[in-house]
Amino acid sequence: MSYLFNTPQQTQEMLAAIGVGSIGDLLEQIPESLRLDRELDLPAPKSELELEQHVRSLAGQNVTATRRSCFLGGGAYDHFVPAVVDEIASRGEFYTAYTPYQAEASQGSLQAFFEFQTLICQLTGMDVSNASLYEGGTAVSEAAFMAMRVTNRHDRVVVLGSVHPEFRQILHTYTDHLPCEIVEIRCPDGVADLNLVKEQLDEKTSCLVVQQPNFFGCLEDVQELSDLAHSVGALSVVSVDPISLGMLERPGNLGADIVVAEGQPLGIPLQYGGPYLGILACRNEYVRKIPGRIVSLATDRNGQRCFVLGLQTREQHIRREKATSNICTNQGLLALRATIYMSLLGADGLGQVADLCCRKAHYAAEQLTALDGVELMFAQPFFKEFVLRVENGAERFVGAAREAGFDIGPLLTRFDTLEDPVRSEGVLVAVTECRSRDEIDALRDAVQNA
Amino acid sequence: MKNEQATQLLFELSVPGRTATRWPDSDVPDRPIDDLIPSRYRAESAPSMPELTEADVVRHFVNLSTRNFSVDTHFYPLGSCTMKYNPKRHERLAGLDGLGNLHPYQREEDSQGMLQILFEMQEMLGEIAGLPAVSLQPAAGAQGEFTSLLVAAAYFRDRGEKRTKVIFPSSAHGTNPASAALAGFDCVQLDPSPTGLVDPEQLQSHLDDSTAVFMITNPNTLGLFEKDIDRIAGMVHDAGGLVYIDGANMNAILGITRPGDFGGDMMHYNVHKTFTGPHGAGGPGAGPIAVRSFLADYLPGPVVRKETAEDGTVTYRLADPPHSIGRMRSFFGNVGILLRGYFYLRTLGAQGLRAVSENAVLNANYLREKLKDILPVPQGERCMHEFVASAKKQKDERGVTAMDVAKRLLDYGFHAPTVYFPLVVAEALMIEPTETESKETLDAFSDALHAIATEDPEMLHQAPYTTPVSRPDEVAAGRKPQLTWSPCLND
Repeated sequence: MSYLFNTPQQTQEMLAAIGVGSIGDLLEQIPESLRLDRELDLPAPKSELELEQHVRSLAGQNVTATRRSCFLGGGAYDHFVPAVVDEIASRGEFYTAYTPYQAEASQGSLQAFFEFQTLICQLTGMDVSNASLYEGGTAVSEAAFMAMRVTNRHDRVVVLGSVHPEFRQILHTYTDHLPCEIVEIRCPDGVADLNLVKEQLDEKTSCLVVQQPNFFGCLEDVQELSDLAHSVGALSVVSVDPISLGMLERPGNLGADIVVAEGQPLGIPLQYGGPYLGILACRNEYVRKIPGRIVSLATDRNGQRCFVLGLQTREQHIRREKATSNICTNQGLLALRATIYMSLLGADGLGQVADLCCRKAHYAAEQLTALDGVELMFAQPFFKEFVLRVENGAERFVGAAREAGFDIGPLLTRFDTLEDPVRSEGVLVAVTECRSRDEIDALRDAVQNA
Repeated sequence: MKNEQATQLLFELSVPGRTATRWPDSDVPDRPIDDLIPSRYRAESAPSMPELTEADVVRHFVNLSTRNFSVDTHFYPLGSCTMKYNPKRHERLAGLDGLGNLHPYQREEDSQGMLQILFEMQEMLGEIAGLPAVSLQPAAGAQGEFTSLLVAAAYFRDRGEKRTKVIFPSSAHGTNPASAALAGFDCVQLDPSPTGLVDPEQLQSHLDDSTAVFMITNPNTLGLFEKDIDRIAGMVHDAGGLVYIDGANMNAILGITRPGDFGGDMMHYNVHKTFTGPHGAGGPGAGPIAVRSFLADYLPGPVVRKETAEDGTVTYRLADPPHSIGRMRSFFGNVGILLRGYFYLRTLGAQGLRAVSENAVLNANYLREKLKDILPVPQGERCMHEFVASAKKQKDERGVTAMDVAKRLLDYGFHAPTVYFPLVVAEALMIEPTETESKETLDAFSDALHAIATEDPEMLHQAPYTTPVSRPDEVAAGRKPQLTWSPCLND
């Protein structure tokens, strides 16, 4: 079963047309000494029925957001996905197409990506957006590289310790071999200490990386932080939760120069961490330094409006080692999902979802911190997620919740780069619009003696 | 049957007051929002976004979808892209609740089914590559290249060797040099050779103790197997360097030969090409890498390990390799695409996989033969899974370019081949039929190209005629890029 067409008779006809006797003759291009003299050691093939049974049985061993009430966060969230998103994104005309190089054959995708770019700009208050990056973490690194190109400062990136630990790890991996120093600023209070930030920013700094709401769920003073970055000629890079922008001020109004995001909350299923959606938007003046694909409006030979891949002279297939990024395949189908999600919700729907997340998260925090030995790790304003500090041990607390049918987390012990006691005693709790008051009350009751 | 109204931009379809979603009322005690989030953090006004009904959105995107060519609707012989059939069973299985709704921070004991799949995927990819150590983390081929080059850099650093140079042929994908530059290496490009293959003598002249990695696609982007690969790899190894295999063309050699057997030390797969994760109109992909055992400790984490207890109980765990270069992305990887690759491999098995490559090679050679009178292939007697034909003769004789041919094919209902790549072939048309196409389709495609070869050149310069738009002015768009909609666009 290899989805093949050629019948034995056709195979013979084709071989005859080529002028060889067998497929083996065609493979003689490969020196004999290099050819594998055995079959690959792979599991036996399965029929569709057997495959379905096998995969269902494995899938059944996983506990998902629908099987256990999900308060898990840390960058991926159980938000509701309207049926239209799945329906449209499962159209073969979209998901079995290639990158839209051939504009006449790809107007559907190109227009959708142009709409995506516009919606992202409307949401973030920025001027231009690319057509997607891999996911939120690499988007931060791409933004840092972009800031180095814009400022021509290649020695120093300053990043808050309240940025997602995995995003910071990626930044280290991406720059480890370069002269660029990554300076991390401790955030013992859960948000940036402006004095500490000021001390670390200097004339060599290319950018300051901020996350809003930050990894701990807390809100940063983005305007002040952007001003500090600008005061030394550095760019302000802000990573946002797109759902929060249904309520929070747009980073474009707060001095951000480059906005990045993990777009998973915009209609993308959890699927164990990917594929998700990297978002990157910036101010107009930096557009020629932007990484990745971007779609531009154009006019065809009949004067008709149309869409094409734009500014391709920045990209690897033309500029090779001088390209603004090595990215080629991006996350087209996820950008499409986000576009459909945003068109369905509009500003009003996003506002309602943000409002529900915010209210329920605050109710959950209030209920859980009313328990003995449980408190908020940080006394800061938060949006849909917060860190609990549990006196008797966060692990036991999470275990008791799990026993009763609730997943909370992640436990902060899994992040090596966090400092104690945040790391040893903290657990994240995220509350989306999908959680009900009954679930929150039942969670509270389940953990009260943990 | 075009619906021009529904394919206006979303922003033009918007009517104030329309809504598509309704959300539940809050069920928690009402508190003033100011008590929850101080006003200084909140937006003064809502973002300006379109207002649409659900039916508006559905009709808009369904109509947009009809403005695409796709594998589900058309023959899509885009060279280097392996546009093969994407089985529908993969979509249903990847969407199962147990896979699609699993949170990346779910505990290991509650994710054993997923971890088993990912572990088995690592094992299968290691076997197919002949390179046993696998990381599933890279999000796409280009990130796989970058990851491997960082692995190489870490390896040389541990050995106390300062190696700064990455070498690649002129026919390499643009991602090769771009990834090398990103990883901090100096790029050295070989000159094209008349055969289309790497010239070992020329390569030798660049090899020295500063050589870190030689990157090569095999079969190469001309669809030719690098017959001297064994010797080439030996030369690179003798110079102390590593050989990287760009796996974009793995569809030609599955179960026939393996990168690890022909001298490769590291490689990436494009699961969205070779193993039929659909391409999604530009991703998502998945670019897992496979490397030799001596590089295993440098792989990015996490990887999946299998532990068997004394009583035989098997547990799958996430672990970071001891000298890991670190993390390349958040969470585990592009799991949704890795799953589809896993389903594919479990459906095909060893013989099925080999049959894929045999038929990909058969189809490509058949089509090459059918077209040689009008679109000759300058390099090689035969090809592997794809070939690069040249429209130079048509251009010289009739002024018809590769682009004219590509655009006109759309009118005949075929997606265009890749054009003008690789640069070493004049008026290049890079054609990859894949194994999931019939002789009838290949014959019809050949007939179309033969018909085009006799059509009026003036007419061809204006093609296509049947697509929603024709010949966008990309130069003007590049000079004055218009990257978002704004209300004044409609004035």
